[in-house]
Amino acid sequence: MFKKSFVVFMSLLLVLSMLFVGCAKEEAAPEETAPAAEEAAPEEALKVGFVYVGPIGDGGWSYSHNEGRLYLEEQLGVETLYKESVPEGPEVEKVMKDMIDQGAKAIFVTSFGYMDYVVNVAEEFPEVTFMHCSGYKDAPNMNNYFGRIYEARYLSGIVAGLKTETDKIGYVAAYEIPEVIRGINAFTLGVQSVNEDATVAVRWTHTWYDPAKEKEAAKALLDEGVDVIAQHQDTAGPQQAAEERGAFSIGYHTDMKDTAPNAYMTAPIWDWGPYYTEQVEKIMNGEWTNEPYWGGMEDGVVKLAELTENAPEGAQAAVDEALQALKEGTLSVFAGPIYDQEGNMMVEEGTEMSDGDMLSMGWFVKGVEGKIE
Amino acid sequence: MIRIAKRSEVSKNRNVLTRIAAIIMALMLSALFIVFLGHDPLKVYLSMIEGSFGSVYRFKETIISTIPLTITSLGILLAFKMKFWNIGAEGQMIMGAFLASYFALNYPDMNRLVLLTLMLVAGAVGGGIWGLIPAYFKSKYGTNEVLFTLMMNYIALKWITYLQYGPWKDKNALGFPKIPNFTSNAVLPKLFGIHVGWLIAIILTALVYVFIHYTKKGYEINVIGESESTGAYAGMNVRKIILQAMFLGGALAGISGMIQASAVSGTLSVEVTGGVGYTAIIVTWLSGLSAPLIVIVSFLFAILIQGGSYIQTAFQIPQSAAQILQGMILLFVLGSEFFVKYQIIYKNIKLKKKEGK
Repeated sequence: MFKKSFVVFMSLLLVLSMLFVGCAKEEAAPEETAPAAEEAAPEEALKVGFVYVGPIGDGGWSYSHNEGRLYLEEQLGVETLYKESVPEGPEVEKVMKDMIDQGAKAIFVTSFGYMDYVVNVAEEFPEVTFMHCSGYKDAPNMNNYFGRIYEARYLSGIVAGLKTETDKIGYVAAYEIPEVIRGINAFTLGVQSVNEDATVAVRWTHTWYDPAKEKEAAKALLDEGVDVIAQHQDTAGPQQAAEERGAFSIGYHTDMKDTAPNAYMTAPIWDWGPYYTEQVEKIMNGEWTNEPYWGGMEDGVVKLAELTENAPEGAQAAVDEALQALKEGTLSVFAGPIYDQEGNMMVEEGTEMSDGDMLSMGWFVKGVEGKIE
Repeated sequence: MIRIAKRSEVSKNRNVLTRIAAIIMALMLSALFIVFLGHDPLKVYLSMIEGSFGSVYRFKETIISTIPLTITSLGILLAFKMKFWNIGAEGQMIMGAFLASYFALNYPDMNRLVLLTLMLVAGAVGGGIWGLIPAYFKSKYGTNEVLFTLMMNYIALKWITYLQYGPWKDKNALGFPKIPNFTSNAVLPKLFGIHVGWLIAIILTALVYVFIHYTKKGYEINVIGESESTGAYAGMNVRKIILQAMFLGGALAGISGMIQASAVSGTLSVEVTGGVGYTAIIVTWLSGLSAPLIVIVSFLFAILIQGGSYIQTAFQIPQSAAQILQGMILLFVLGSEFFVKYQIIYKNIKLKKKEGK
């Protein structure tokens, strides 16, 4: 018995040691070639990292950023790294440092909750450029960038406002942060621009990516009598709820036609590719600055997806008209008079909200049913 | 039919061999999975090693992952020695981190040494109490400790969620649900480039080893693990010993939680443990309940974690792949327990067949 075990043990040991010898060789090889490759490579060989809050297959937020990454690769031929499903906590610091360790010289960090950690890492690595999406803090080597998706939400509000018959629209929302609040307000203003009586009921999920929870939230809203569901979530859960109940829906991030063919009408969507390409080009040419970016419909970074046949009659014309006005600057989503839920005048007639006020928006416009906790 | 019989004696050699074989089989099966994903498994495994040792930075990160695994596993070890199946290390870590954070957030300007000592003690007490509760109910009412400790994890987690969204929410975060960052006073200092948690881990490993092997209490824990009634017959206060050992075990997990909150996260969040409380159960089991082996197994698991994270970006393999690898190792090792304790006898099949004919 003992002899047999001994033989087995020795042979295992042999296999293991062979494995390690193999490792040593394998490890030694790249070390020899690596410095040479670095010397030979011209300066434009830039490695770019992307940090995503959800999986890239989410068909939503992270998916749209990943499309931007693929576009960047295709346009400039740069090498990219990415990491999915990174929690909005201290772990992201390690993820960024790992990427820098693997040679990243520029990192796109694509969720609000990463902000403070990006500031920390940016301080530690002044030679790396950081671009943080949807925040407001910056550093000499860190900017913040975002799109005026609220403009597209306003347009989708027009579609919803024309569609609703119960005059009650549901909105499944993630967190009580300015970005989400601004979106709900813009959507509601869009709704009311065509349907003064309609209200928008909000339900918070406190998740970005939780298909089941977000679907449940939409169902709860449908139980309360809403007939159109809009969402600020990264999954198609709310779309599925609308589809199952025979209601209608406004998506987000990407065209969600396939998920809910009978419910989906349109969606505010992102197109990050051109911006990413421009930024990386600037870094390569040494022209990059930490100037914040907040592009709108005119830049094409935010868009409204094509309307489907579920959209109401006349919606296309109304949307086109508003879109034209937005692009020409004759229409501004947050132009007065705007009242809050209690009826207080928040933006006076003839004035417009400043970007600063919009970025820190913490109140709902009249017509929103819900509370900011 | 195949006959299964209990082995009369379990040799140490066989024990170790079976486990090594289980790990190798898990690696081989995972290799198939990697091939299925369209990668060369040997390359992937090698770059996992490169990802954990390839540079000073990577090596440091591997050590940083080893620290909480080691300390938490030591805590679980004390419970497992008594055959008290503590699945609640995750919750004990969280509550340790919670109580330590209480001092970090409320006394940010206290003298650094005093504050850190206070946090360490608070971490131990927080985790200890969370370990004591299921032990009390088990010894008093005979509740099932597996379910009890598991459920306590969720209570702890939801408690932190409540704090994060409610009373402890950072008012400067524009509504984003996060707890404020600690001041630098509440962050553990570095020693040789890695936070001092590594030194704490080594000291605690030595202490636990001495405690188990050279103290009366440690001996009593061993005896109770073998047979509670023997302990009781020998005049031991079994209930008291279980309570004490679970407090100590919970305290170790709590210290590990405090270290993570202070040195790694710099704040408290629902992600503070990173699942270490569960991984540590595997580590403890694989180490065969030996304190020094825990350090080695923790280090191997840290390679799996750090290397797993590396291959994700290097090969663009989904995050879940590395977790599948861990899951397979656990499955195979637990499965191999069967072969350690039982043997399958084939001879009888032939005999029976002959008889049948």
